[in-house]
Amino acid sequence: MPVPLADQLQLYRNMALIRRFEEGVAEAYAEGFIGGFTHLYIGQEAVATGAISAINHDDYVIGTYRDHAHALVREISPRALMAELYGRVTGVCKGKGGSMHFCDPERYFMGGYAIVGGNLPLAVGLALSIQMRNEDRVVMAFLGDGASNQGVFHESLNMAKLWELPVIFVVENNFYGIATDVRISSAFNEIHRKAQGYGMPGHVVNGMDVIAVREECEEVVKYVRHGSGPVLIEARCYRYQGHSMTDPGRYRSQAEADLWRKRDPIPRLAKQLVQQGLDASRLDAIQREVNEAVQDAMRFAESSPEPPDEALYEDVYVESYGA
Amino acid sequence: MPELRYFEAVNQALQEELARDERVFILGEDVGLAGGTFRVTDGLMAEFGSRRVRDTPIAEAAIVGIAIGAAMSGMRPIAELMTMNFGIVAMDQIVNHASKMHYMFGGQVTLPLVIRAPGGGWTQKAAQHSHCIESWFVNTPGIRVVIPSTPYDVKGLLKTCIRSEDPILFIEHEMLYSTRGEVPEEEYLLPLGVAEVKRPGRDVTIVAWSKMLHEALKAAELLANEGIEAEVVDPRTLDPLDMDTILGSVLRTRRAVIAEEGWRNVGMGAELAARLQEHLFYDLEAPVQRVAAADVPTPYARNLERLALPNAQRIVEAVLKITL
Repeated sequence: MPVPLADQLQLYRNMALIRRFEEGVAEAYAEGFIGGFTHLYIGQEAVATGAISAINHDDYVIGTYRDHAHALVREISPRALMAELYGRVTGVCKGKGGSMHFCDPERYFMGGYAIVGGNLPLAVGLALSIQMRNEDRVVMAFLGDGASNQGVFHESLNMAKLWELPVIFVVENNFYGIATDVRISSAFNEIHRKAQGYGMPGHVVNGMDVIAVREECEEVVKYVRHGSGPVLIEARCYRYQGHSMTDPGRYRSQAEADLWRKRDPIPRLAKQLVQQGLDASRLDAIQREVNEAVQDAMRFAESSPEPPDEALYEDVYVESYGA
Repeated sequence: MPELRYFEAVNQALQEELARDERVFILGEDVGLAGGTFRVTDGLMAEFGSRRVRDTPIAEAAIVGIAIGAAMSGMRPIAELMTMNFGIVAMDQIVNHASKMHYMFGGQVTLPLVIRAPGGGWTQKAAQHSHCIESWFVNTPGIRVVIPSTPYDVKGLLKTCIRSEDPILFIEHEMLYSTRGEVPEEEYLLPLGVAEVKRPGRDVTIVAWSKMLHEALKAAELLANEGIEAEVVDPRTLDPLDMDTILGSVLRTRRAVIAEEGWRNVGMGAELAARLQEHLFYDLEAPVQRVAAADVPTPYARNLERLALPNAQRIVEAVLKITL
């Protein structure tokens, strides 16, 4: 089914919001407002945007340390996310998690995790919960190409298929595990075909085309929701920035980067929308709206207080046992 | 009161909690059809079905990770690691995930999760199957460590742990499974963070848990023949730790020996000795003694294994060193 125009506009808006949010993060990082490791999603916007648009609001999403986009698409407020990045008490995790650990269970965003592949058994466990309680839900788990070489990736695919659990593994293949090219880190780099080793369907999709991602995921989600078992989707994409803010990205050629920038998902969808008769001024209005939202989030974060000292010992455990 | 063996007490606790709360389920290697390597889950699959007593592949990291995912979405999983040694394979899920998530997500996620695993040496299982590594996890904030020594304690504590909202590592001991003890027929729960004086005495305090508790009780018998009355304290849970009971005992006896089966270097005994001198430096009559495993990988040969592991005789020697 073709994606309705209103949905296409929403996809455009979310990609524009992610891009502008990440640009704001880079500025704030350079100014010293954000510390630690921060991984930007610029270039990969079509993957999270298209994939998450294909599931219901009460389906689970679980992510990695490159999690800003997924949280934004789950409609967590840019204010709460930016404040988290600034380490403020108004942040989505009260300033305890930072860039790599966004989480909002009320919006079924079950967290960002910073150990490569570590979130995958958790995704299988979420799906096991769904199956044991006969719920009408699926899990969408995001991972990178690098995670497909980790042991728990294989354990998780095996057990998800063994028990026919409702999980969609979305591999964001940006071709580099930090600085190492997938061709010299994976014996078999057709990642979607790794699913076949577990009798699981594996698909590949152009991760620079949000409509293609959306359409592919809609089909797959239907299959998984129907109880047919897990599926893996490999979305081929490219991150324009380094792995993290401290990575200059010297391992990639300018020619390669230029080639991918020509496939940029945002102008691509803009062009398609105008071809469908949309007035370009609508897109300008969306851009102004997201610019303002990000600026507002940065102002909010900067003016928010840091966590109080008492927070140091809060939330280590639920129960205290008086000890 | 009926007598049960330790493994039967664990089995009863599991059976009762599975029957009480349908969110509770068990997953692990050989827990279902086989009834558990140590017979701990015997009969549970027949009673509760293969969905709630779930056999898994040999994939410890995924077993723990799947339990975490289930716990964060409202289930109350009990993950069984066939032995503590295999828990090392799942270390990333236990330490990087289970122990951190409640805190790093600002309290939004809770993990009502029990990871059960037996450890320990004594039967020539050699270097990779003899671990007593509870101190590793006491060193990690965010996960509780419970390590019962008797059938009565194991049942009451396990039932409490299954009802807890926090991730808990529940460490059993392979050599304790066949030991017997009185277990009431009526339901009971034991609180975490409450030590028990297993034998009162006035001359010296021996702190010991798990299998070493029984070695400490044997040592106390031998010492009594020499006219030395040892008080034996079992913390039962190492996190939370009931320091009040331990300090109260040592304040009375003014002498302390800590006995553990784990390695001596940076072990739980080192932590307890440090705390005793912080609180009772001027009340102690003698330096705090540690009895622990030799700092070597556990050897296979019977004589070498006996040399490596601590026992009642070593505890006696440590006590005599500070009481004579």
